[in-house]
Amino acid sequence: MILLFTALLGVGYPLVVTGIAGALLPSQARGSLVTVDGTPVGSALVGQSFTSDRYFHGRPSATAETPYNGASSGGTSLGPTSAKLRDMIDAQIRDLRTAGVEGPLPADAVTSSGSGLDPHISPAFAKLQIARVAKVRQISEQQVAALVEASTSRPALGFIGEPRVNVLRLNMALDKSIPQK
Amino acid sequence: MTLVGWLQIALLFGLALVTIKPLGLFMARLFQGERTFLSPALGPVERGFYALSGVRADKEQGWLAYALSMLAFNLAGFLLLYAMLRLQAYLPLNPQGFGAVAPDLAFNTAVSFVTNTNWQAYGGETTLSHFSQMAGLTVQNFLSGATGMALAIAFTRAFARGSAATLGNFWVDMTRATLYVLLPLAIIVALAFVALGLPQTLDASLTVTTLEGAQQTLAMGPIASQEAIKQLGTNGGGFLNANAAHPFENPNAFSNYLNILSMLGITTALFYTFGQMVGDRRQGWAFVTTIMLFLIVGTGIVYQAESAGNPIHVALGVDPALGNMEGKEVRFGQAMTAAYAAVTTGISDGGVNGMHGSFTGLGGLVPMFFMQLGEVLPGGVGSGLYGMLVFAILAVFVAGLMVGRTPELLGKKIEGREMKLAMLAILILPLAILGFSATSALLPVALASLSGAGPHGLSEILYAYTSATANNGSAFGGLSANTPWYNTTLGISMLLGRFAYAVPVLAIAGSLAAKPKIAPSAGTFATNTPLFVGLLAAIILIIGGLQFFPALALGPIVEHIQMLAGQTY
Repeated sequence: MILLFTALLGVGYPLVVTGIAGALLPSQARGSLVTVDGTPVGSALVGQSFTSDRYFHGRPSATAETPYNGASSGGTSLGPTSAKLRDMIDAQIRDLRTAGVEGPLPADAVTSSGSGLDPHISPAFAKLQIARVAKVRQISEQQVAALVEASTSRPALGFIGEPRVNVLRLNMALDKSIPQK
Repeated sequence: MTLVGWLQIALLFGLALVTIKPLGLFMARLFQGERTFLSPALGPVERGFYALSGVRADKEQGWLAYALSMLAFNLAGFLLLYAMLRLQAYLPLNPQGFGAVAPDLAFNTAVSFVTNTNWQAYGGETTLSHFSQMAGLTVQNFLSGATGMALAIAFTRAFARGSAATLGNFWVDMTRATLYVLLPLAIIVALAFVALGLPQTLDASLTVTTLEGAQQTLAMGPIASQEAIKQLGTNGGGFLNANAAHPFENPNAFSNYLNILSMLGITTALFYTFGQMVGDRRQGWAFVTTIMLFLIVGTGIVYQAESAGNPIHVALGVDPALGNMEGKEVRFGQAMTAAYAAVTTGISDGGVNGMHGSFTGLGGLVPMFFMQLGEVLPGGVGSGLYGMLVFAILAVFVAGLMVGRTPELLGKKIEGREMKLAMLAILILPLAILGFSATSALLPVALASLSGAGPHGLSEILYAYTSATANNGSAFGGLSANTPWYNTTLGISMLLGRFAYAVPVLAIAGSLAAKPKIAPSAGTFATNTPLFVGLLAAIILIIGGLQFFPALALGPIVEHIQMLAGQTY
């Protein structure tokens, strides 16, 4: 009986779902890839590492080996009284202070996500980065702010979900509307 | 905490209540052998299965035969899965070319999936081939859930029947649970998941060049199909290491809702099925009310603790507005991370959408305590129902002591034999959890796996054995659990928590089924009233609290106080 079930549930079920999904929802089934000039540059759902001042940065990432390692997801799993976690957050804060950011910092800007692949940042963290990106790209802050606004998702029906900014989509919009100088 | 956050939580539990009655009624018809709307399509498949494997569907079993069939079927499942993991390198669908899984890890993983725990000592995308995930893990995701449902239905029959020698046929109950409930729902939920963005492909991972010109490898696979049954079967083992915190397992607020509702759906509806089959629907609702009370209060405590943020980090210059965001995803926020944490541990699901190990002390206490209460809120599919019935037996026993009458539950006298077996089952949890935690706290080889110092270290150990014994599977991820010591002892904990609990429970069922059903008299303590709900909730809290409060005080509670005082380790 166990062999019959293995055939039905282990082979039949996933293959049937794969077949239907591939036929009806090919884009999602293949990972919601986004492309620039026809070449995939990532998944709209998965965050990627941005370090250049020309781009908006995502949250710190604790994935193995490199940040935003899409082949090995995970968080720090450090506890609330961890000295190591305190030092990591402190280092992030120092970096932001060095870059000229003042005032209380949004929590998502200095903490890493559970997956290490969080594609989003809070609108508050995006706002903090507008001045830097505008300066490097030599355009007005209003232009950048308008793009941030356009890339911000609000809760559905006013309460389902959190306000958030997809970093990859925002950076793609930046590249598209303000070509590199 | 915000109003918007509470609205999201309210919508969740509101939706959860909606599915209870239709699904509960359907399952009652199914397990009573009546025709359902799926019978024309699935009847021939069901009969084909019986014919090919030589099951005599019309022959009922006594409790011992039922228990032995259950054990034999699970042993076969374990051996097959273990062999599959060990021989992974020689089996098909291994695009990344992963080698054999080490013996201790394969033992742990096979036990983990057979017992409906889905503790993950392995990292999905770095250890297992697509074949192992599909033909191995996905299959056990179905069958361990179906095993739990079969046991719950057998226990239900013990109350529904009077002076009966048999509890039903394990093979029939398990097959029906799989074919008529889990499989159709899994197909629907899996396709909904794909529509919401979960990948479903047989391709290996995909490597892309990012905007900044770096290489990023995206792990993919048949994720949606596994996610669907992972939740419906209250398994919780993710395709990917970060589980439902990973954007490919849970990309947005809607997929998060579907994840939580899928875990709640069947296991809550089984309480209605119970009420329907024993002829007292209010009894089913009394259990559901107790469960919802715990879940809502638990969600509220986690939500409050996490939204308040971590004062140690706030002192460094972090704005407390978003709360404690370490280990959490922006798209879920505090409210829906809290709800997920409470539900996944109230149920023995164990999937996570945020890292419980990075919660504040109190925020991490609730998930741990919920598991220690015995996974009855509403617990795993099926196992939650029979676990709750054991507590109900204790509750009427206490009520009986207070008024000096022989306790009764739904027309069945609860006597010495039932009480002894119920206590035996209840004591398995503290035995495995506290016994192994205490041993690990003394062994250097076990302590080497800790990442947290101070009270968090004890919490990591305690959480691991709690999760394994309660067949939950979530973790305080700081513990490096993939070592021979933890793989072996956690594997034993899972086996104890599943089978050393289920066998006495079936023995109770056998004993109860044999008793005549007595009509309620004026002196009978009604068990479908608010008074009983209060008594039951108190019994659950008191038993869980007395057993585990000392250990919790040394772990999460003291850690929360230290956090408020600004102490780090």
